Amino acid sequence: MSTLVFVEPDDDLSLQALAFARTLGDVRAVSLDGAYAPAAWAAAIVSAAQGADTIVAAGSDRGNELLAHVAARLDKPFAANVTRIDGDVVTRIRWGGSLLEEARLHGSPRILTVAPHTHAAEAAGAPIELLVPDASDASPRVLERVEEQAGGVSLRDAKVVVSGGRGVGSAEGFAIIEELAGLLGAAVGCSRVVTSAGWRPHADQVGQTGTKISADLYVACGISGATQHIAGAKGAKKILAINSDREAPIFASADYGVIGDLHEIVPAISAELRKVRG
Amino acid sequence: MKRVPLTGGKMVLTADEQAIETRHLGFTISPHEECAVEEAVRLVEANGGETVVLTLGPAAAEEQLRDSMAIGADRAVLLKTDGVEWDAQATAGAIVDAIRAEEPFDLILFGNESADASNYQVGIRVAYALGLPVVTGLKKISLEGAQVRCECDAGGARDVYVVPMPAVLTVLEGLNLPRYPSVPGRLRAKSKPLAVSEPARPPSQLEKLRLVVPAGQGKQAEILGEGPSAAPRVVEVMQSLGVA
Repeated sequence: MSTLVFVEPDDDLSLQALAFARTLGDVRAVSLDGAYAPAAWAAAIVSAAQGADTIVAAGSDRGNELLAHVAARLDKPFAANVTRIDGDVVTRIRWGGSLLEEARLHGSPRILTVAPHTHAAEAAGAPIELLVPDASDASPRVLERVEEQAGGVSLRDAKVVVSGGRGVGSAEGFAIIEELAGLLGAAVGCSRVVTSAGWRPHADQVGQTGTKISADLYVACGISGATQHIAGAKGAKKILAINSDREAPIFASADYGVIGDLHEIVPAISAELRKVRG
Repeated sequence: MKRVPLTGGKMVLTADEQAIETRHLGFTISPHEECAVEEAVRLVEANGGETVVLTLGPAAAEEQLRDSMAIGADRAVLLKTDGVEWDAQATAGAIVDAIRAEEPFDLILFGNESADASNYQVGIRVAYALGLPVVTGLKKISLEGAQVRCECDAGGARDVYVVPMPAVLTVLEGLNLPRYPSVPGRLRAKSKPLAVSEPARPPSQLEKLRLVVPAGQGKQAEILGEGPSAAPRVVEVMQSLGVA
């Protein structure tokens, strides 16, 4: 059994994919550098994979894109975001992790990406072979990388995220969310309802189609807890939900809850924080 | 574009474990595709042309096609299934056949991945079959003559591609803020053309065996209190977690 693994340098998800691949047998780890060109990179991976019975990458944006190119090129099935494999039967995530699918992956090679954070990362140090894409390939490639201005605490990496949902009621209502976030050095987040209403920019959205957070504490204010939202919030170590509806599904995903009107509770928490800090 | 259920707070499966129980659920356009439809309509509003919206799904997916026409798509194509899910390869194949049967398109837009199956591949497969360039995960699209400038997020930066048209592009939510259908828009949509065909489903190469609701969804929150009087207890908890 031999597995070809596409690895990105300094990428924890790639090291998780590598650890997953080791459980399948012999592993050959490959990487590419230079301007990212998905079709040309996929062609190089396909050439290198001759004889491999499995092709693996991380279930990252790039890993999923590259292996979809590989699968399209080979006209073989591709299973994205796999959590386990047993012969030709894979378990993969759907709905951002709210549902699992067991499926039979027909044909050879098996092409799959590894769902993020389902396997411990392998310690770095495995030899990685650098592949060279065809220089004459004219397929789309990244022409430039434009740095964006950093604005406040990044949602993805924040230690604390304070988030508001439909219950906040308006764009202006986020003033109390911002105040509490400011006191905690937290990023401000929101649910999809809020971005669809135009109260906050999409960059603030926590969810399956927004940002997946990894905070120590997530404070969800006036958020009912739809599966789409939980898919982005469940990476938080602890969740505190503030909601007037004690039956809200968010309480089945939260560690702590406060029942009541967030418009009274959130300012009271800010005031208490100021008080204990003197 | 894909019709998907609005799942609410909890996943419940049908008895045969092949699908989500949707008897009590509404349906919507999968979020990334909703932005793809909006973008197509805006591009045609600004540059002229025609927007055609296409889905592969059950007869009931007419609802999402009409919604798309209500915000400005000109006509629709329904590749009707019997409700059984198609895998990504079969879906791409049917879409390729439908596109080939039409006049050439300048841009073919997809969602980056569907909300439900999340296979991350249909748009890319269609591009390969049609021999077109493909760029994925886009947050910005701008036309530059016969080319299209594409931007996607790259962790605090934007990666830029410029590709010739015709091209296949897959987009992410956040590309734009989709409009709501207006009442006159809904009325107009009722009389816009909707072509229906029933392609045959090839055998699945990624063959769904069953769906499983993951364990561990049934947490029960420790209630710290009710109303603003809970604030001191909340701050205690924050301090114990080392975040206050």
